[in-house]
Amino acid sequence: MPLKTAKEPFKFYTRLNMPELTGLKAGNLKELLSHLKRVPGSCIYHHTHRFLQQHQFLSPEPPNDFAYWTTKFLGEEAMGEKLASIDIVQFSKIRALREKIISVIEEYLKNNPKAGLKFACEGEEFHFIKSVSFVIPTEYSASNLKEFIEVLSKITSDSIYFHVFEARLRLEKSANDFSNWLENSLGYKDMADAISKLDPYTYTLEDLRKTIIKTMERKLAE
Amino acid sequence: MAKINDYIPIVGQSVIDDLKLIAGKLRGKVIQQVNSTAVGGGVAEILNRMIPLLRELGVDTKWDVIKGGQQFFEVTKKFHNVLHGKQEKILPSDFEIFMDVSRKNIEEMNMYGDIVFIHDPQPIALVNKKSGNKWAWRCHIDVSNPDKFVWEFLKGFIANYDAAVFSAPSFSKKLPVRQFLISPSIDPLSDKNKNLSREIIDGVLNKYNIHKGKPIMTQISRFDRLKDPLGVIETYKLVKKYIDCQLILAGGGATDDPEGVQVIQEVKEAAGGDPDIHILLLSQNDIEVNALQRASDVILQKSLKEGFGLTVSEALWKAKPVIASAVGGIPLQISHKYSGLLCHSVEGAAFSVKQLLNSPEYAKKLGENGKEHIKNNFLITRHIKDYILLFLSLYHDEGIVYL
Repeated sequence: MPLKTAKEPFKFYTRLNMPELTGLKAGNLKELLSHLKRVPGSCIYHHTHRFLQQHQFLSPEPPNDFAYWTTKFLGEEAMGEKLASIDIVQFSKIRALREKIISVIEEYLKNNPKAGLKFACEGEEFHFIKSVSFVIPTEYSASNLKEFIEVLSKITSDSIYFHVFEARLRLEKSANDFSNWLENSLGYKDMADAISKLDPYTYTLEDLRKTIIKTMERKLAE
Repeated sequence: MAKINDYIPIVGQSVIDDLKLIAGKLRGKVIQQVNSTAVGGGVAEILNRMIPLLRELGVDTKWDVIKGGQQFFEVTKKFHNVLHGKQEKILPSDFEIFMDVSRKNIEEMNMYGDIVFIHDPQPIALVNKKSGNKWAWRCHIDVSNPDKFVWEFLKGFIANYDAAVFSAPSFSKKLPVRQFLISPSIDPLSDKNKNLSREIIDGVLNKYNIHKGKPIMTQISRFDRLKDPLGVIETYKLVKKYIDCQLILAGGGATDDPEGVQVIQEVKEAAGGDPDIHILLLSQNDIEVNALQRASDVILQKSLKEGFGLTVSEALWKAKPVIASAVGGIPLQISHKYSGLLCHSVEGAAFSVKQLLNSPEYAKKLGENGKEHIKNNFLITRHIKDYILLFLSLYHDEGIVYL
């Protein structure tokens, strides 16, 4: 494939995160539900994305805090599994993700009313935390696919995180930034679709980096 | 002293590049950090390592220490204990002593920082001198179940800060100011954590007559009742019935901890002259602490309360299997049966020690997982990043900040 020059260069940003405590905690499912309905969206975002950055290697823990807490501290494994398997990539707005989490818990409580009677031990309550994001432009940019791959191979995982996860869900863009640029600035629609189709929530950030690079290199070699 | 670029082989070039990037956003601001002691204890240790690195990154950081005196530090030690949930009588005169010394510090100290960053309760009252600059209070203590009276007293000061910082989510309370979560960290290049040669490790074992061929369980911490050194001796005694092992209880003292001498005496009495129990008072000898951790087969941290438990991070960084109480920030460092073992009692700790001494492959795997977790989350470079973001947060209220 001949190397095209992009209409607009891709400017790499990075995102650094600061967890902000809310002082809100839940000791049982009813309290969890009540807080879930009114905490800021940045709380929902934090508790469904924290693991992606803190556990970048094989971890035995479920991929979101709600699943982890209900399984480990309330002993509700079936509900934990339902929460863990919510397909976050299908949601483009935090509001919709929040509603899904609430509906899973409400549905479970309806079918298993005794689960509502369980309390976490003192000190094991669920603490609501929100995410403050600092978005910073880096010195890196790319004008064609070759340059893009070069930068992608050395940029921080925070930068990959920003362009894949944060841009799509928190900044409510229709697709991840990489696919947007590939399609709109370079006209590589197939490549953009291939990256959009990945479920990034099932990769570690390092594996995601490798997979995206491999997808691009394969297309480049065609 | 390590330079910022010395961390590149450990955390990667891009992490250091990001630090340089965000440090530049603080240009022109003076950060004044204040605590109660220049040596001893986790806070002074972190500041000693972090401040030169912040300066190298271009963050204009100064460090000041309040003046105290024995009476004051006895009171603040009592505050420390009751904030951790320990029962102790606080007298009206204790608050008077605290305020008298605080007033003197307020009079004498120049609070020149654009951002004043106060560590722990001892200097908390300095905020009464706030005048248009930004103030943040850093709580290094486990305040999940504090004495209400002392907490309310401190809350009166916290309300005047712009932000409070805690080490674990369970320490947060409903407060009228923003609260941030920042875990402390270890420095992989400090004397306490850097790699050591076999000769140095063996030299330290020889110095203290520690037998190389006999399994070693070790707890490194200040001689403080909240670290439960007597519980560690009980644990050792339960293990010793089945495995011929040794126990090392080693730690230094801090200038703001007058209780230590008494605790050492109690520990010696409990040890009852057992030649396999090594009680070592290592005053600021980080290389020796490092060597003892590296020589150990199992590391214990059987604290009753912990602010965070940095000794756990230190041990995990050395890929050692760790058994630790599920208190304070320890569960943030150890996922049970994955990166270590959590315990809730002497008996539970003893069972885990036997299990790990008898299953070295399992112990090795726990240590390896633990090291990876510390590398990703609890090294000084992450801590520097968090502090810079905290300082920047004081100028931004929004959830997404574009710098």
